[in-house]
Amino acid sequence: MSDIFKIRDKQIKSRLFLGTGKFSDKRLVKLVIDAAKVDVVTVALRRVDLESQDENILDYIPEECTLMPNTSGARTAREAIRIARLAKATGCGNWIKIEVISDNQYLLPDNLETLKAVEVLAAEGFVVLPYISPDISMARRMVKAGAAAIMPLGSPIGSNRGFKTEELVRIMIRQIKVPIIVDAGLAMPSQAAKCMEIGCAAVLVNTAIATAQDPINMALAFSLAVEAGRKAYLSSKRPGIDFAQASSPLTGFLTQE
Amino acid sequence: MEFRGILKQYNAQDLKNKFNAVSAEKIKTIISKDKLESDDLLVLLSPQAEPYLELMAQKANQLTVQYFGKVIQLYTPLYLSNYCINSCAYCGFKAENSSQRKKLSLSEVKKEAEFISATGLKHILILTGDSRQMSPVSYIQQCVEILKDYFSSIAIETYALSQEEYAQLIRAGIDGVTIYQEVYDRAVYAKVHLNGPKKDYDFRLDAAQRALFAGIRTANVGVLLGLNNWREEVFFMAMHAGYLQEKFLSAEIGVSVPRIKPHLGDFADIIPVSDKNLTQIILALRIFLPRAGINLSTRETAKLRDDLLALGITRISAGSTTAVGGHTLNYEQNQDEQFQISDKRDVAQIKQMLQQKQYQPVLKDWLRW
Repeated sequence: MSDIFKIRDKQIKSRLFLGTGKFSDKRLVKLVIDAAKVDVVTVALRRVDLESQDENILDYIPEECTLMPNTSGARTAREAIRIARLAKATGCGNWIKIEVISDNQYLLPDNLETLKAVEVLAAEGFVVLPYISPDISMARRMVKAGAAAIMPLGSPIGSNRGFKTEELVRIMIRQIKVPIIVDAGLAMPSQAAKCMEIGCAAVLVNTAIATAQDPINMALAFSLAVEAGRKAYLSSKRPGIDFAQASSPLTGFLTQE
Repeated sequence: MEFRGILKQYNAQDLKNKFNAVSAEKIKTIISKDKLESDDLLVLLSPQAEPYLELMAQKANQLTVQYFGKVIQLYTPLYLSNYCINSCAYCGFKAENSSQRKKLSLSEVKKEAEFISATGLKHILILTGDSRQMSPVSYIQQCVEILKDYFSSIAIETYALSQEEYAQLIRAGIDGVTIYQEVYDRAVYAKVHLNGPKKDYDFRLDAAQRALFAGIRTANVGVLLGLNNWREEVFFMAMHAGYLQEKFLSAEIGVSVPRIKPHLGDFADIIPVSDKNLTQIILALRIFLPRAGINLSTRETAKLRDDLLALGITRISAGSTTAVGGHTLNYEQNQDEQFQISDKRDVAQIKQMLQQKQYQPVLKDWLRW
């Protein structure tokens, strides 16, 4: 079954995206990427130290990975835009995950500021992936402004509460034509599988892997779950039909004439 | 309501009665709650909670790993000047200890910056005594302008400033403000702050809020344990931090609980805080304020610092000195220190200890843009 996943023109090899915070050892980041064959990796630019001999997180991310710096720490569109430009200037490529958070209590994104940042950065040629609260009209506006994918949260960052936004994400999958990637809150592989079963293009996981007793095996488990969910989605999909087809049709008698 | 209004709702005797009246049975319910109320904090800080420290530790560890990961952020203090016109009964820099004073020249600041920067640290805390004459805001600003070429995060710990002065230093490049009330009880505050501008309790109490109104990212509040009954003091400080968190949603609020250490001269009225008490304090703070940064001072021994790491600590200093120019200039022999340091390990040693304990040392977690 051919199932090619692209963001813009870039073919993505894995539908499990990885966040790099919270690991007990930076070397684990590389071991996890290798074991779970992760492709897209997000890094907070605030943690990148290009001058350091042994402390640069980028040294632990293999070159063949797709680097997606994020704007963690930004409270406004203006700050996110400046971090994105800095990321590009320091050689982190032109992908940017926009994260604008003005509420440190629950770490929920500010969709309006995020939209403003999408408008500016997409126009500057960035491949923009906004992290948002799942609001369909905001997502539409962001796509219109040039977002390459939409990253709705499953539940608040680091909360381990799982896929609580399912109904809203389902609508988004039906209505939005760019990839939908659930980002944040997924605690267990079964929740990642659920996201994939309903048609998400990918999921991003950080806390659940980084803080697991055995991060490498947890990453493998997530990778298998993502693959399983994707296969289930592809296998159940019937072109043009949104509803399940009953194996014993209720109107079967009509053909008995 | 302003925080000073909230403070006024409590009096010491009521609080003492409340501490004694709590039922420890409640602890099990409290630690399974999502959001704690101030009455829950009282329970966690009460004497009755002592048998439950292990249970609290399990919860505190889980919250810390969930919100921060197995990650500890490192920084070091840089003392710019110890000229001070305050008389604080507990401090080595008080005005009467006037013999050995020092203020770094700008070229000395650069020298200190080069030395610290070579250790890999990117976060720095700069400190001055309270002297608008010897270390005016303009001097701090000049220092910040030098330091920002070396460090990605600069926090200040100095005398209480006006909102406009905080804004001026934020424009110059600082992103953090540390200001300890030292003691929240007004009577004790008046007793230990004998002379100088620091006598103004309310101006100091509102300093963190002024810095936050000016747009600071990180504000750190603290009490100096040993000046008053610690249960009451930690309760007020945690309420202060919680108040700031709710009022300034985009800011990061941190707390510190340094224990008083001997210094030049003597301050006889120290109310002892045991290691067990300090442990309970850190656990209660983590459970009440899951997202707050918690700092652990080099006043504590290396062993205790290592043991407390997993219970909620998110930031520690490394390679610390409390002497002006202490990193590069050999003034220590004849200079007063603010307090004595117990944990004298340098950055490499602290990093090694963290790695052994399977914690990631983070030297850079901010950028100036």
